[in-house]
Amino acid sequence: MGKFIDPRRIGYIAGKSYNYDRMNDSDVIVLNEPRLSLGDQFYIPQVAIGLGTTLKHMFRVVMGNHRVVQYPEQTRDNIPVADGGMNARTYRGVHRLNKDEDGRVKCVACFMCSTACPAHCIHIEAEESPWPDREKYPRKFDIDELRCIYCGMCEEACPVDAIELTSTYDIVGLTRQEMIFDKSKLLEMYDRTQATEPM
Amino acid sequence: MPYTLAPAAPEFLSKDQKPAGDRWTLNFGPQHPATHTTLRIVLELDGERVVRAIPHIGYLHSGFEKLGEHLNYNQYVTIVDRMDYSAPIYNELAWHGAVEKLMGIELTPRCKVLRTIAGELGRIQSHLLCVGAAGLDLGAFTAFLFGFNERERIYDIVEFMSGQRYHTSWTRVGGLNMDLPDEGTFKTMVKKFVDDQLPKALQEVETLLNKNRIFIERTRGVGVISAEEAASWSLTGPMARSAGIRRDIRKDEPYLCFQDNWDGQGAPAVDFKVPVMTTGDCYARYLCRLEEMKQSMHIIRQLIDKIPQGPVNVSPEGKEVLPPKDQVYSSIEGLIHHFEMIMTNRGFESPIGEVYNCIESANGELGYYIVSAGESTPWRVRTRPCIYINYAVFPKLIEGHLLSDVVAVLGSVNVIAAELDR
Repeated sequence: MGKFIDPRRIGYIAGKSYNYDRMNDSDVIVLNEPRLSLGDQFYIPQVAIGLGTTLKHMFRVVMGNHRVVQYPEQTRDNIPVADGGMNARTYRGVHRLNKDEDGRVKCVACFMCSTACPAHCIHIEAEESPWPDREKYPRKFDIDELRCIYCGMCEEACPVDAIELTSTYDIVGLTRQEMIFDKSKLLEMYDRTQATEPM
Repeated sequence: MPYTLAPAAPEFLSKDQKPAGDRWTLNFGPQHPATHTTLRIVLELDGERVVRAIPHIGYLHSGFEKLGEHLNYNQYVTIVDRMDYSAPIYNELAWHGAVEKLMGIELTPRCKVLRTIAGELGRIQSHLLCVGAAGLDLGAFTAFLFGFNERERIYDIVEFMSGQRYHTSWTRVGGLNMDLPDEGTFKTMVKKFVDDQLPKALQEVETLLNKNRIFIERTRGVGVISAEEAASWSLTGPMARSAGIRRDIRKDEPYLCFQDNWDGQGAPAVDFKVPVMTTGDCYARYLCRLEEMKQSMHIIRQLIDKIPQGPVNVSPEGKEVLPPKDQVYSSIEGLIHHFEMIMTNRGFESPIGEVYNCIESANGELGYYIVSAGESTPWRVRTRPCIYINYAVFPKLIEGHLLSDVVAVLGSVNVIAAELDR
């Protein structure tokens, strides 16, 4: 105690020799405990200083110089990103299934997203497509939003830009079944968000 | 269920303690505000003095390490995020650092700089929680709030660069999940944080706690560990450094921007100093963490103006990263490559072998040991958890102290139960 340990000594204690301490003195900054003045030891001045800090914060709040988002009434959508607003283009929220120009689902049921999903929350059933430009399309496309961890790997894995994560985060459901989003819900999510977040 | 303890050995008793008789057992946790997570300690007390403490872990066991055998090298990053959740980015850097060492990938300079900045933000994030919570457990609620206010700004920065506020899943093998959406905004946010917001908040925390006599008397001389003991218990991070051990992976085994010539053009390693103290008590750990935050700010200030241009991922030629999306949409080679990376019977081509890689996380040496059988998923993954090993010394730290010092020591060790149990 009281001085830095000799590395050879550590090696001795640990029962084998290894070079533990590879640092130079210039790499290290030695801290000392702050010295308490007589006033600090009386404690009363420190109480005043502490209360002063708290009061400074109180005045800052009264002057409106603080950042509080009154959540359900206000959201972070309208705040600039540099001030802590939300970047809707990159935020990873609830999924959507994109539609093509004809309003058909873009997905080709290649199962890439369900393979890449680390939480195994995407369930697809493929069927022969009724359209001539592709072979398959998803008959069922379910995402369990309770199981999902919103990592965005499905979006990375999609080869046709069909599944995307939106900036919607406030979804609620009274039952677990409601939170399993099927194809119609995911397509509806596209209609809701396509104005603010183009593909 | 009744819980009985064998009598404590005589060498654990201090001079004024009665050897046996009116001992009583107190169950501390698993649901206690000061344990921060589900953590149980059975305390054998003599009056108010702790004779023996037996930590019981496993209340948050979630099989994280076993999951590593079922998820591929990219997917597992979502799980390691959830281990030390006081700073999720650290776990990602350690995990993908190990995978890249296994596969022999050299990152691009841009990726190295971004990962280093994010890592130091993670260190600040974790230390703000620990410093604030150390005060909170002792009744100083205000400092905790000032610290948490700044954590909120780190969440904003992290959300901007990764897409999610907390469990970022930001790194990928050979790169990141995406480049910065807008470099100018990122620089503005980080500069405002390290030049203006965080120094002010740290100043306020220091004003409230550093010379506060109540705080000092609750922490100084409590939970003391000497340098010899710290070395033989293999403590790392602020716990070892506050006891006088000069050990920091960033200096000893440099990685990312902490090594010389990290960009291949002779750039020097970033300059910072390792704070060390000799007293080894809770107060020393607190002071060390405060100084480490200042050094992290210094590191970020050096790097933020030097983010190199260029790709953030390594070249897709090596079949380790997904090809860019425009190649996938437009070329058949890109599409085949994209499918091969994800299909379960293809994926990564990892060499057969074992690898261990560690980084200096906020709480110490955080390492991952991978045994690879040449598939796209590891054969076995093992974490070298810094908090678990630091926590092992807790019964020794608390012996002979008062019951109310349990929370002071727990706060200074910074126990995160999710990393204990894994």
